[in-house]
Amino acid sequence: MDPQGLNLLKKIMALEFTCIDFNLYLDTHPDDRRALAEFNAASDALAAAKKEYETLYGPLTNFGQSPSPQAWRWIDDPWPWERTF
Amino acid sequence: MWIYEKKLQYPVRVSRPNPRLAKVVITQYGGPDGELAASLRYLTQRYTMPIPQAKAVLTDIGTEELAHMEIVATLVYNLIKDAPLEEIKRAGLEGYYADHDRALYFVNAEGAPWTAAYIQSKGDPVTDLHENMAAEQKARSTYEYLIQLSDDPDVSDTLKFLREREVVHFQRFGETLNLVHEYLERKKYY
Repeated sequence: MDPQGLNLLKKIMALEFTCIDFNLYLDTHPDDRRALAEFNAASDALAAAKKEYETLYGPLTNFGQSPSPQAWRWIDDPWPWERTF
Repeated sequence: MWIYEKKLQYPVRVSRPNPRLAKVVITQYGGPDGELAASLRYLTQRYTMPIPQAKAVLTDIGTEELAHMEIVATLVYNLIKDAPLEEIKRAGLEGYYADHDRALYFVNAEGAPWTAAYIQSKGDPVTDLHENMAAEQKARSTYEYLIQLSDDPDVSDTLKFLREREVVHFQRFGETLNLVHEYLERKKYY
């Protein structure tokens, strides 16, 4: 994958990490409005970055969560354990 | 239902083949305080949690632990994938090699296979959440020992991320325990 794609993937990893951490926090602080707003902002940014990545490099998720127009690219290498950062 | 994401939660890089390091890191894959045990413990305890926050926390942390299991597997896979047989023997991994070649298997650092006896599910949410807080501390300690043993700064970087997550999970389980206590207190007076 070109460096641009790798950077986009790293951006997705960072945004999703933000979402994971807010998600866990919100599980025990569901009434924290500020955290909720931060979560939703990160979630929107994550969705946009994933859409951009998937258009260029193929689906990130299985079982219909990501579309696969033209060709079935889900099976394409590399898989996560094969990727070098 | 679970959906797979074709990416790691955190980047993994190893400097060179290193079966000696793989031999100890693998304990966080299939050892007593490893990620498989963590994930299965939380995902099986969640069914008998009494409040919504606890069901969510166990589902979400159990799911994140699966992603950590994948990170540890990726570390071990890349540490032994190109290791010459001589180095595998020197590292004391020849017993593992005889049974599994360079494949991934759930064992601790001494080669003992994973067992469900590592985890508990008591039905009492206070008991289970105490177990989980202890489990996060045990995993944090293990990551600290692994960081001390690591001679690869790239591997140490990933291990430090995983150690931090144990601290966050401990915090969330502590909050969940307080919420469960409040719930049980309220129940007493109604």
